[in-house]
Amino acid sequence: MSADRSTYRPENMTANRTPLTIAAVLSVAMMAPVAWLLGLSIKDNMELKLGTDSVFELPYTLVNYLNILHSSQVFGWFFNSLVVATGQTFGVLVLSSLAGYAFARLEFPFRRTIFVIVLFGLAVPEQAVIIARHQMFNWAGLHNSYVGLILPDLSSALGVFLMTQFFKAIPREIDEAALLDNASPLRIFWKVLLPLTLPAQATLGIFTFLRAWNDYWWPLISATKKEMFTLTIGIASSQINFAQTEGLGFLSAQAVFASLPVLIVYLIFQRHIVTAVSGGAVK
Amino acid sequence: MAESYRRSQWSNGLFVLPYLAVFVVLLAFPLFWGVWLSLHKVDLFGPGRFVGLANYGRVLVDPVFLQALRNTIVFVLVSVPVLVALGLFLALALNRTTRMTSFLRGLFFSSSVLSVTIVTLIWRFVFIPGDGLLAVLSEALSVQPVNFLSTSGWSLFSVGVATVWWCIGLPMMLFLAALQQIPNDLYEAAALDNASPWRVLTRVTVPSIARTIMLVAVIQIVMQFQLFGQAQLMTNGGPNGTSRPLVMYIYEVGFLRWDVGKAAAASELLFLIILVAAMAQYVVSARKSEASE
Repeated sequence: MSADRSTYRPENMTANRTPLTIAAVLSVAMMAPVAWLLGLSIKDNMELKLGTDSVFELPYTLVNYLNILHSSQVFGWFFNSLVVATGQTFGVLVLSSLAGYAFARLEFPFRRTIFVIVLFGLAVPEQAVIIARHQMFNWAGLHNSYVGLILPDLSSALGVFLMTQFFKAIPREIDEAALLDNASPLRIFWKVLLPLTLPAQATLGIFTFLRAWNDYWWPLISATKKEMFTLTIGIASSQINFAQTEGLGFLSAQAVFASLPVLIVYLIFQRHIVTAVSGGAVK
Repeated sequence: MAESYRRSQWSNGLFVLPYLAVFVVLLAFPLFWGVWLSLHKVDLFGPGRFVGLANYGRVLVDPVFLQALRNTIVFVLVSVPVLVALGLFLALALNRTTRMTSFLRGLFFSSSVLSVTIVTLIWRFVFIPGDGLLAVLSEALSVQPVNFLSTSGWSLFSVGVATVWWCIGLPMMLFLAALQQIPNDLYEAAALDNASPWRVLTRVTVPSIARTIMLVAVIQIVMQFQLFGQAQLMTNGGPNGTSRPLVMYIYEVGFLRWDVGKAAAASELLFLIILVAAMAQYVVSARKSEASE
């Protein structure tokens, strides 16, 4: 009986091995473009000019990666991305933790109304606000600055929503115990509850970092000076006229270099990222 | 002091204040100001006079807008079913825990963490004529190579391939989570009836995750309506605008030609389309779950 049942669990659709085989074949198709990029990145630019089929032959070289080390521009972009992504992550964590705690635990006038309005913010796509934001930042003279790149996404309601859920999941008895010691709300937040949300902070933090690192439209219109480009925008600017200037190999190496941080973060924190992304989607 | 914890107090609201300030200034205000901009003549030098719905009129008779609207709808209609079907297939195929399946799950999700510029760079190197992976392969097989990025029809298709490659991880993960929730007794009952695997799939598995299928479809519709970077970087909307999506139209009108009022009107229209699409799906799914109860 139990053997019967197990054959019918969807897990055991793979008892029929065809779907898994197809998935494995698809995974090759999934990786082929990346393998091609890696191949290009370890070929000499001059050799690639004669024909990219030379990727399948020796010799290979690391000269493109060495050239990145000498290109202050690419490093500048990398540093900008790091500042923007770190700043945004820090900001989102602070704002969302404070607000999430209050929404989950405290009573204040219009609490429910405010929470519902904030939730409506989840439904607003970037393109509905980006033009007005661009005008505002123009007036404030914030374009081409780190502040200008960091600020807009601090308004994302997703973090507040997630942190509210996380704080709600902590048992009430824990703050009741602290209340007996006459602790203030700020003290309970800082000393008692915040340490318990560290895993949640990690999840939200990694998610925010990746989103900021990969952001495209806002930095594209806000950072118009080359030295203020983030890595994402820098790579976009060099691929728009790639054939003439830099060579396929060097551009490929830049792409690999730009993806390394996110791929490393992904490999280490895979579980957190999947939780954050699917949790964020099922809002 | 403990009293303040249970009683409603203004001071407790201070915790929300920092976020609320950012929310009002950077989200709520721009949302309404965008509507205001769409009703005014605005250019590089700032807002001018009130023009009523004239900007909307100019957008709606603009053949470039209508073409971009059609491109975007075609793109959504093709890419969303592919993403839902492929995501569901992968989830079913990989829904058990072995080394092989966890590796494949990680692999199919990994492309989602890349930025759009990396994704487009990877796929341009696949599609570019002469030097691209497909060109090299078709030469090796002596097949006439297609110029994917600059042939009308193929260009939007290429953008779609890159998009599916980039976005497939999320649908797969959401479906995997939903499959874990299906109660065992449903499968026991099916086993007692000697149902075939296909029947189990169509009568038990798919109906049990109907809500997730709807959810994934809504998320993807909302996301794919906002197609921008892939098209801009891979084809620049070409040839002849046949792969220009709505967001790219807004970008060009607002930030390259600085016709801000017109761009604001176009973005309000896109916002409306996305809201209607999401609402329609929501209503349908709500009605369905009512009917099944």
